[in-house]
Amino acid sequence: MSAYQKPLPVIDDHNRRYWAATREGRLELPRCDACGAFHTYFEPWCNACGHEGVHWEQLSGRGRIWANCRFHKVYFPGFETPYNVAMVELEEGPRLVTNIVGLEHGTLDEMPIGLAVEVVFDAVTPEVTLVKFKPAGKAAA
Amino acid sequence: MSLTSNRKDSVAVVGVGMTDFGKLPDHDATSLGIWALRNAAEDAGLTLKDIDGIAFHRLSDYQKFIQITSMSPRLLTVNPGAGRMLGGTLQIAVQAILSGMLDTVAVVYGNDGRTAGARYGGKEDRYGTSAEQLWFPYGMTSPGAIHAMAFQRHAALYGTTIEQLATISRTFRDHALLNPGAVMRKPISMQDYLDAPFICEPLRRLDYCLINDGGVAMILTSGERARDMRRKPVYLRGMAQLSRLAQGELPEDFGYATMQQVSGRVHEMAGVSREDVAALMIYDNFTPTVLFTLEGFGYCPRGEGGRFVEDGVLSLKGRYPTNTNGGHLSESYMQGWSLNVEAVRQVRGELGTRQVPEAGIVQYLQGGPLSTSVIYGREPS
Ligand SMILES: [Zn+2]
Repeated sequence: MSAYQKPLPVIDDHNRRYWAATREGRLELPRCDACGAFHTYFEPWCNACGHEGVHWEQLSGRGRIWANCRFHKVYFPGFETPYNVAMVELEEGPRLVTNIVGLEHGTLDEMPIGLAVEVVFDAVTPEVTLVKFKPAGKAAA
Repeated sequence: MSLTSNRKDSVAVVGVGMTDFGKLPDHDATSLGIWALRNAAEDAGLTLKDIDGIAFHRLSDYQKFIQITSMSPRLLTVNPGAGRMLGGTLQIAVQAILSGMLDTVAVVYGNDGRTAGARYGGKEDRYGTSAEQLWFPYGMTSPGAIHAMAFQRHAALYGTTIEQLATISRTFRDHALLNPGAVMRKPISMQDYLDAPFICEPLRRLDYCLINDGGVAMILTSGERARDMRRKPVYLRGMAQLSRLAQGELPEDFGYATMQQVSGRVHEMAGVSREDVAALMIYDNFTPTVLFTLEGFGYCPRGEGGRFVEDGVLSLKGRYPTNTNGGHLSESYMQGWSLNVEAVRQVRGELGTRQVPEAGIVQYLQGGPLSTSVIYGREPS
């Protein structure tokens, strides 16, 4: 078994909670105490309303594909082309960059914009579990 | 005495200069900038000693630049490499002149990206925030991929097609055939376009700009002084910028709201409408942004960019000839600067076979979410 070569997040005090939750199979994001906006960056203030003060909240893990593309050029070690990248809009509003799994060929036609998807947790190393998505109601590959 | 004067004057471009474009391994960014500035000074009928200030973009070794040129500028500033910084660089020059602080300011751009092996994408590329933490583990990187995703959304919302993108790519390359300085001078058929390899699907190699070495410079002065120069001045009638780089995600609206504000301001300042504009220079790092920019600046209705371009409106014979030098897609990726020089030369009327007739007003457009526009004119506003 070869070592995992793709880029890994650097876990620090700001994002530790996010990666701890994914290891336990939960998708959590910071949410503004004042206006309720979720954030996909890990800072103590809100860029929607400027309020300082966020709390962490679990999300449903359900969403829809908001944008998609498919890389045919390698920019990082460990990726085999072509591979897909999608931006998923979660039911609760925030959008995450991710890979869509559970597709037959991983083509863009198989993962159209608007497709309903649900979260899967991919433990790529003992420390890091990545949040990925598969078509809703389908078994993960 | 107040800090700034109340100079109610205009600002004009009185000299432009460019280097060759391509692979130029004997030069670094500094030397390309010097080459371009020497050409611009010659064009203006000035010496380097006549230039009071320099606003650099991309080329970072200002010390070496000043040492080699023996200049003694009273204003010296450097903006980082992203193409978005064109607007801020030009604004510094314009403000310095309008305030009365300086008389003559050069903007100087030097880019040795091809020889230096510049890569857009990968672990050094922070284009888009959250990149390291939430994008890189999924292989998401590179400006091209962001435009690929944006195009997919545009296609899903409005029915925009790949063939419409191809029209942009082909039109600008047709223009490059008339520009001896363009790097890519070969007509492309629809089949050539469709046969080009994908880089980030749905975008192909022919949707991407050309990374090359080169330098560009423009010399600006007050409208009053400009009237005594060798060249007939080309006035900056209007200029506007707005930055809205919120959140590490694609702009919700392709930068539309940002561009609408820039568009309103630049036309008001210039005192001209879209009807008065003879030609457009559009920042084209990737083909989709041309569609978004035409919509954002109101040249066509929202969502109609694809249908707007497909019948040749951007070609030399069309209503809005665009990127007559070939643009970043075919001339060379000079991060907006060579498009501004092309605008000046169109207004001067010196472009021969690619000259747009009666090009009294030409507009430079740079899309969102950090959007800039400049309107150049033969007469002051
Ligand atoms: Zn808030």
